[in-house]
Amino acid sequence: MTAISLRGARLSYGDRVLWDSLDLDVEPGEFLAVLGPNGSGKTSLMRVLLGLQPLSSGTVEVNGGNRAIGYIPQQRALDQSMTLRGRDLVGLGLDGYRWGLGVRGRAARRIRVDAAIESVGATRYADSPIGLLSGGEQQRLRVAQALVGDPTVMLCDEPLLSLDLANQRVVSELIDKRRREAATAVLFVTHELNPVLPLVDRVLYLVGGRFRIGTPEEVMTSATLSELYRTPVEVVRVRDQILVVGAGACEEQTHHLSAGAAS
Amino acid sequence: MTFFDLLALDFVQTALIAAAVLGLVAGALGPFIVTRKMAFAVHGTSELAFTGGAAALLLGVGVGYGALAGSIIAAVLLGVLSRRESDRDSVIGAILAFGLGMGILMLALYKGRSSNKFGLLVGQIVGVDSTDLQLLVISSAAVLAVLAVIYRPLFFASVDPDVAVARGVPVRGLSIVFAVLIGVATALSVQVVGALLVLALMITPAAAAMRLTASPVRAIVLSVVFAEVAAVGGILLSLQPGLPVSALVTAVSFVIYLVCRGIGAVRTGASRAA
Repeated sequence: MTAISLRGARLSYGDRVLWDSLDLDVEPGEFLAVLGPNGSGKTSLMRVLLGLQPLSSGTVEVNGGNRAIGYIPQQRALDQSMTLRGRDLVGLGLDGYRWGLGVRGRAARRIRVDAAIESVGATRYADSPIGLLSGGEQQRLRVAQALVGDPTVMLCDEPLLSLDLANQRVVSELIDKRRREAATAVLFVTHELNPVLPLVDRVLYLVGGRFRIGTPEEVMTSATLSELYRTPVEVVRVRDQILVVGAGACEEQTHHLSAGAAS
Repeated sequence: MTFFDLLALDFVQTALIAAAVLGLVAGALGPFIVTRKMAFAVHGTSELAFTGGAAALLLGVGVGYGALAGSIIAAVLLGVLSRRESDRDSVIGAILAFGLGMGILMLALYKGRSSNKFGLLVGQIVGVDSTDLQLLVISSAAVLAVLAVIYRPLFFASVDPDVAVARGVPVRGLSIVFAVLIGVATALSVQVVGALLVLALMITPAAAAMRLTASPVRAIVLSVVFAEVAAVGGILLSLQPGLPVSALVTAVSFVIYLVCRGIGAVRTGASRAA
C-alpha cells in the first residue's frame, strides 16, 4: 500500500493555481524531496496532506491519516525561560492532541518517550529546559517528537534550516535511519537539496503552477529547470553537489503552516 | 479582639474559603497565561470585569454577575478581534481604555455607598456573602473541569503551536475557550483583590513557579501553592492590624516572586559555572 497518494490534485485560491493535475504516489520507505521557490505551494501541499487544507479538486490519501504522520518543523529560537523539557516536547508528539489530563497509562507512555529520546541520542539533555539547548539538540528532539507516534509518513518542513553542517548531517541521518528501519515514507520540503541529496529517491519540483516529478538526475537538469522556470537556468554538478544558477531558487524561505494558505 | 477571635468570625471564614478556591483556580491557570504571554490580556479582562461590576452596581443587580458578564464579554472580544498575535496588544489597549472609561462613568452615575465603588477596584473579600461564595465555588469548579478536559491540547498549543496545528489541534478554538476561562477566573478574582490587583494572583505565582522548574506539571503545582499562600496568607496577615487585604495579598505574592527569582538566578549561575 502506498503511503501517500494524490490523484488529479488541484489547489487554487481564486484565480491563482498553485498546482493542478498532480498525481503522486509515495511508497513506504521512499524519500521524496519537495523543492521550489516561495509561494509555489510547498507548504500548502503539506497542509493538504495533514488534512488542514481541502483540495480544490482531486483526491488525497495518506495511509493512516493525520495521526500516522510525524511532523518535523523548522528549528526556531525557543524562549529561554519556557517551562518545557525535551521530554515534554516529545511526549506532546505522542498524545498532545488528545483531550483530558492523560493520567492513565503514564508508565507505558514514559517507556515510549524514553525510547524515542534514546533513538535520537538525546537522553543526556532530555530533562534540561529546552530553551537552553542548542539548535541541533532541539532538532534531534523534534525528530524524536515525530518518531514517538510510530508514523507511517514523516513530513519534514525545512528541518535543517539554520543548522550548521554537522547538525544538518546528524538530523538528516536520523530521518534516513527511520525510513530504512521502519519503511516510513519521508516527504522533505527544502530549498537546499544538497545536504540530503544522497538520501533522495525522487524530487517534486514546483514552480508557478508547473511541476516535475522524477529522480534528481531527471529533474535537476538545465533543460527541465529552464522549462519549469521559463527562463534560462543553468544546472552545474560540482563533485557530488548540484548548483542551480539563475533561478533565484536559493532564496531564504520563510513559511509557516499556521500562517495560512498561500505562502 | 485577638487573632483567633477574628478567625472565628463568619465573614472571615467565608473570606478564607473564597481565597482558597481562588488560589486554586488562579494558580492552575497561571502557567498557561505566562506561557502564552497573556499577562496584559488578564489585566485588560480585569478592567472590563470592573466595568461589568460598575454596570451591575448602577442597575442594582449582583456585582459578581456583572463582573462575570463584563470579563467574559472582554475575553470573547479579545479572542475574536485579535486574530493575529501581533494585534493583541493594541486590541487590548483599545478595549481596556474604553472599558475603564465606561466604568468610571457608571460609578459617577451611581448614587449608593462609595465604599462599594472602591471595593471594585481594590477588592472587598470581607464583603463576600454566602451567595457570592456559592457562585465562586460553582464557577471555579466549572473552570477547573474545562481546564482538565482541554489540558493536553491547550498545553500543546501553548508551547508548540506550529506542530500542534499540524497534528490537528484546534489551536484557534482553544485560545477562545481559554480566554473565556481567564474571563471567569478574573471576574472571581476581582471580588477578592479587586480589578487593579488581579495580576497578583493570576500571574505572579505562576511566574515565580516557572523560575524554579522546567517541568510543566511541577510548575502548575508550585503555582497553586504560591497562589494559596498569597491569597490565604494575605488575608490572615491583614486581620490583626486591620490592613487592606489586597495590599497584603500582593505583598506576599511579590515576596514569593522575588525569592524564586533569587533562587533561579543562583541556580542558573551555578549550572553555568559547573
